[in-house]
Amino acid sequence: MHLAQRPTTARLAFTAVTIGAAGALATPAAAQTVDLTVTIPRLSVAEYHKPYVAVWVEPAGGSARTLAVWYDFDMRNGEGTKWLRDIRQWWRASGRSMRFPADGVTGATRAPGPQQISFTAGRGPLGALTPGQYTLVVEAAREVGGRELVRVPFSWPPKPGQTLRASGSSELGAISLTFRR
Amino acid sequence: MKTLARRLAAIALAATAITSFATQALAHRQWLLPSQTTFSGQDNWVTVDAAVSNDLFYFEHQPGNITNVKAWAPDGTEVPLENAAKGRFRNTFDVHLLQKGTYRIGSATTSVNGTYDLNGKTERLPRGTTKDNLAAAIPAGATNVQTAESSNRNEIYVSVGEPTTTLFKPTGQGLELVPVTHPNDLVAGEAATFQFLLDGKPAKDVKVTVIPGGIRYRDQLNQIDAKTGADGKVIVTWPTPGMYWINVSTGGGREGGPGGPGGPGGPAAAGPGAATPPAPPRAPAGPPQRRASYITTVEVLAP
Repeated sequence: MHLAQRPTTARLAFTAVTIGAAGALATPAAAQTVDLTVTIPRLSVAEYHKPYVAVWVEPAGGSARTLAVWYDFDMRNGEGTKWLRDIRQWWRASGRSMRFPADGVTGATRAPGPQQISFTAGRGPLGALTPGQYTLVVEAAREVGGRELVRVPFSWPPKPGQTLRASGSSELGAISLTFRR
Repeated sequence: MKTLARRLAAIALAATAITSFATQALAHRQWLLPSQTTFSGQDNWVTVDAAVSNDLFYFEHQPGNITNVKAWAPDGTEVPLENAAKGRFRNTFDVHLLQKGTYRIGSATTSVNGTYDLNGKTERLPRGTTKDNLAAAIPAGATNVQTAESSNRNEIYVSVGEPTTTLFKPTGQGLELVPVTHPNDLVAGEAATFQFLLDGKPAKDVKVTVIPGGIRYRDQLNQIDAKTGADGKVIVTWPTPGMYWINVSTGGGREGGPGGPGGPGGPAAAGPGAATPPAPPRAPAGPPQRRASYITTVEVLAP
């Protein structure tokens, strides 16, 4: 009886509306693009599972906007969502109020090495940003492993060609954020 | 050594306490411990341990009575306790979490304490007296009947996805929690505000005891003692992540005392003297008082 609360059609309708609203915002002729590189460290451990990773943007004093979540989205019956709560700051800031899979946000887990993902202002999960201070947050949680969170503050609009760098020390490696048009 | 000494002391106290109904469960804490409180995904189970013990959260004394424990889904429907099993030191059961939002699992009981005079002697109402069977509990010819209610609530919350507050509508009976800060949204280093109501009104100046779990592996209890303000609110700042036991009590001013965990009429009144025959009533010190207690276990996550 409780199962009636999660119809697939309702979920699809919900995400479609979200994307529609974001897409309706004016997109500049040469859209600001944000290239993010997240390095997943290669770890020498007996039991290795690729980490669950969440990427989100926090406006100063505002609510979080999830850009990407890499998890086992293709498990039977959505079982991979069971451990999303382990990305615990993201889960509290944004994840727990989302529905999964989330269009344009859900992705497969990624292998060790530099992983690239790009976002365009005014479109998709990044959407339109008003001028101000923001923090990009990357959080990784690994099954039978640890958890780490790296914050990269930036201002909007960014300086053209600007690259910001940060690094984790256990579950995340080098992280870079490049702005281009 | 310390634990042994404490245990011996507890035994000694239990022996002397047999004459005193009110102190049978002195210092024993009752609790419900969920396996976790924050869930993602669509088909989850929480397993809950119910126990009465000295140290938190260890199974070392008695299983907690789950006869009156119920579980409610976020939409207010009651959901069954499944796979219940009784062990020497704990009762355990599972709840299948199929809805999104906050579930409540726990018990709320109200008993009646009191005395009456019969044939020149003052008698105490038997344990287990409630409003419903009070009339039958008082024999014909009894005079000077004095009664008071004792309400004991022991409950926990777990949330699937975003915590909700649909289950926090006060019933107006006993001590109840109003979530200014949601009990499933607690993070170490942050302050949380809870409001407590007594019979539906702000519970003013009520003692709040907060103890972090893991007592066995440290020397200090690290107990936080607080009191509610005039608005019934109390602010607690969580020093570390982990499970915390919270006890709010209007009675006796002593943890584990009357109206407190394991106190008379409490749902887990399984103290050391529980198996012994009822003790002879002592002369009442005064009219019985309205008492209420509230117990919960909350999980504080790491930032």
